[in-house]
Amino acid sequence: MENILKIDKIEKYYGNKGSLTKAVDNISFDVNTGEFVAIMGASGSGKTTLLNLISTIDKVTSGHIYVADSDITKLKGNDLNKFRREELGFIFQDFNLLDTLTAYENIALALSIQNVSASQIDKRIKKVAGDLGITSVLKKYPYQMSGGQKQRVASARAIITDPKLILADEPTGALDSKSSKMLLESFNYLNSEKKATILMVTHDAFTASYASRVIFIKDGKIFNEIHKGKNTRKEFFDKIIDVVTLLGGDLNDAL
Amino acid sequence: MLFKLSLKNIRKSIKDYAIYFFTLILGVAIFYVFNAIDSQTVMLKATKNTTEIIKLMTNMLSGVSVFVSVILGFLIIYASRFLIKRRNKEFGIYLTLGMSKRKISLILFFETLFIGAISLAIGLGLGAVLSQAMSVLVANMFEADMTNFHFIFSKAACIKTLIYFGIMYLLVMIFNTIIVSKCKLIDLINASRKTEKVKLKNTFVCVLIFILAAGTLGYAYYLVTAGFAKLDTVNKIFIPIVLGGVSTFFVFWSLSGLLLKIFMSFKRLYYKGLNSFTLRQVSSKINTMVFSMTIICLMLFVTICVSSSALSIKESMTKNLNDLAPVDVQLTKIIFDKEDEVSNEHVRKDFALSVEETMEKNGFSLKDNLKDMVAFNIYKTKELTLGNSLKDNFDEVSEKYKYLRYDAEEKIMRISDYNKVAKLYGNKTYTLKDNEYMVIADFDSMIRVRNISLKSGQTITLNNKSYSPKYDSCQDGFVEISSNHVNDGIILVPDNSIDGVRVSHKVVIGNYNASSKEDKIKMGEKVKKITNDIWDNTSLISVNNKSDIAESSIGLGALVTFIGLYLGIIFLVSSAAILALKELSESTDNKERYRMLRKLGADEKMINKALFRQIAIFFMFPLLVAIIHSYFGIKFCVNFLETFGKAGLLPSIIMTSIFLIVIYGGYFLITYYCSKNIIREKR
Repeated sequence: MENILKIDKIEKYYGNKGSLTKAVDNISFDVNTGEFVAIMGASGSGKTTLLNLISTIDKVTSGHIYVADSDITKLKGNDLNKFRREELGFIFQDFNLLDTLTAYENIALALSIQNVSASQIDKRIKKVAGDLGITSVLKKYPYQMSGGQKQRVASARAIITDPKLILADEPTGALDSKSSKMLLESFNYLNSEKKATILMVTHDAFTASYASRVIFIKDGKIFNEIHKGKNTRKEFFDKIIDVVTLLGGDLNDAL
Repeated sequence: MLFKLSLKNIRKSIKDYAIYFFTLILGVAIFYVFNAIDSQTVMLKATKNTTEIIKLMTNMLSGVSVFVSVILGFLIIYASRFLIKRRNKEFGIYLTLGMSKRKISLILFFETLFIGAISLAIGLGLGAVLSQAMSVLVANMFEADMTNFHFIFSKAACIKTLIYFGIMYLLVMIFNTIIVSKCKLIDLINASRKTEKVKLKNTFVCVLIFILAAGTLGYAYYLVTAGFAKLDTVNKIFIPIVLGGVSTFFVFWSLSGLLLKIFMSFKRLYYKGLNSFTLRQVSSKINTMVFSMTIICLMLFVTICVSSSALSIKESMTKNLNDLAPVDVQLTKIIFDKEDEVSNEHVRKDFALSVEETMEKNGFSLKDNLKDMVAFNIYKTKELTLGNSLKDNFDEVSEKYKYLRYDAEEKIMRISDYNKVAKLYGNKTYTLKDNEYMVIADFDSMIRVRNISLKSGQTITLNNKSYSPKYDSCQDGFVEISSNHVNDGIILVPDNSIDGVRVSHKVVIGNYNASSKEDKIKMGEKVKKITNDIWDNTSLISVNNKSDIAESSIGLGALVTFIGLYLGIIFLVSSAAILALKELSESTDNKERYRMLRKLGADEKMINKALFRQIAIFFMFPLLVAIIHSYFGIKFCVNFLETFGKAGLLPSIIMTSIFLIVIYGGYFLITYYCSKNIIREKR
């Protein structure tokens, strides 16, 4: 399989000589095209920092990140923006929809920033809305939607530009269990049917069990890595719980 | 501890406060400058008349200052409410930490005290400097001597500023305390998480309201321009004002919903770059402040109208003076109809004397002291009132112009007398046949009235003989010297037709026999003293010197100009400040939205462009409506002020535009750069 994301010995330090915090400490891993990878870790383990580095919101202290063979740690200024709008799709815990725009307009914005024509925009939105089951809420404003609907609109916005990589930061964090399940099933649909590559950060074992591979992070280092392989979701979930128990402490509350 | 906290707060949020601070300083400075005019002009060598006028002007300005302070007070309270809102979260933290509301009020109290003290200090300093420039302007207007010029700081104006602004700040403190005591902890903490609810108005209702409002506005426009004549009593002037104000509100109300709908239908434009975001931002902002927008629009409207017409009044007054007062002096003696109406025997006897004889008797020889002298009489008779001279057209005219006094007796002159005057003034002379009359006038409104009857060939009757008009309209001209076009009509008749008609005024006009301006003024003062002394004692004679007319007309011009400038600047600053504050607080609230856009991959250039457009539309919208209002407003002013002459409005409009661009544009740019700063992501 082709390698879409290659992370090569990246480090991120905060602070100064007196008190140095290694938020990300020499991490390397690859993500293949069409994979659905979850990164798990307790709060403070460095998982969000890792995501910020990949999404170019933050800069590495050392090491390289390759997306489709180009080194994004070397990008600057407008190239960064171009990379973000053309190669990446974002999904956040708190949805990050613009509350003055309707669902339709929120999704359209991702395309209009790329100067896609209005007729194209309409066609593509109708398509993706059908896929994600949000056709009925397209005309609604964020405050008129449920959390699950909002997150699916955000997913639609992330996927509509056909990004090479979708980054999701605690996507189920603000959702109830029923909405979480619906959202994760849409993720599985996007992953298996649309061949979308998803990298998701979470501290919730149930959410992680939808992925095909889970990478555990502790204190800025990779602690463990498990593959779903031929296991059912339930079996994979149990395996994740085993690792979480091994990790100890903080993650216990994730149950 | 609390003291330190407030100090730190101010220092931390100095950027947010910048516009507020800037506005306060400007307000203080302007307030000081206009109240210091009094002391600034003390050093000027000016004539007694000018000093009197400046005194009147300072009185008027201090009256206007009360009004101005009310406006500034509202502005400051409005601004501080914004700033408090911005800090809801901070107060929420204080409250959860167990700080009492009283203490939070105390923090705010200290902050207001600080900001107040600093803005007063800087504002007064700036005002002191600006007021020096002001005295140059005043001296220039009154053509006064500037040799004694030196730096002056007006203690009185300073104290007045301190008191007025002290009261304003006190009100702000009270207001802040009320706000704090009313707020709920849950609201404070959730303040930043509150999602905006978008209320879209019903399109049909919007269209309906817009049509109604635009129609009403059109009617108001019609009333002040083409339908000018319908506003025949003072009270009726309020009709278009109220109509205009109310319909402006509804225009904003409906347009805020409609414009978005219209733009949304242009899909290619709407879904291009960040346009959808920009337009939504603007429309939600206008939606939430329809009322403020209306006030801002009306203030801008008043600013534009007042300063355009105020500046042009001054202009035309100076210009008129040379045309309308071609000679140095006019002496007028009033003669009463029945001599027994006057109990004073001396005055009764004096009626028989000529102006020259009366003056000679009181020790001033006109023959020796005047050159180019012309003496003439003005006649009046009950037989010929305004109503009578309109006669057949009376019904039509009185229907249209209800406020005219139709029973007033018309002024009548011999044609040969008029020609003598006209020759001296350099005006056109006329001849009349035995059965002809004509009307001389230069006051436009009355010319319109009189032309109706002249056009219809209306005959008039004098001494039982009828006369028909030689011309079908009034001829331009005047007899009495003045600073404005105030001749509402003098009927000229053949010399012999007036025999036996009562003389109502005996008039002498001429130039003083002196070469220098000073000597002329001196001689004028002497004549004035004589006529003042004998007025009502031995004669009903009065004098009108060109130099006096000049001074009072310049004074009136200056008065109007200064009040216009004062109100104009304050209104302009207030409206721009409200817009700027609103925009800045929005930018802070919307930081998250811009971060979102960045994550979607919008580059800085795109975001800045969106921000610029958004602020530009926000600032332009009320200005545009105000400019449309002003087009009709200025027309009305021109109509209303036509007695002051018809100087071109263009220079004063250009002046106003420069003003507008500098102050309003300045606020716009500051707002843009501050907003850009606020939404910029720090790495």
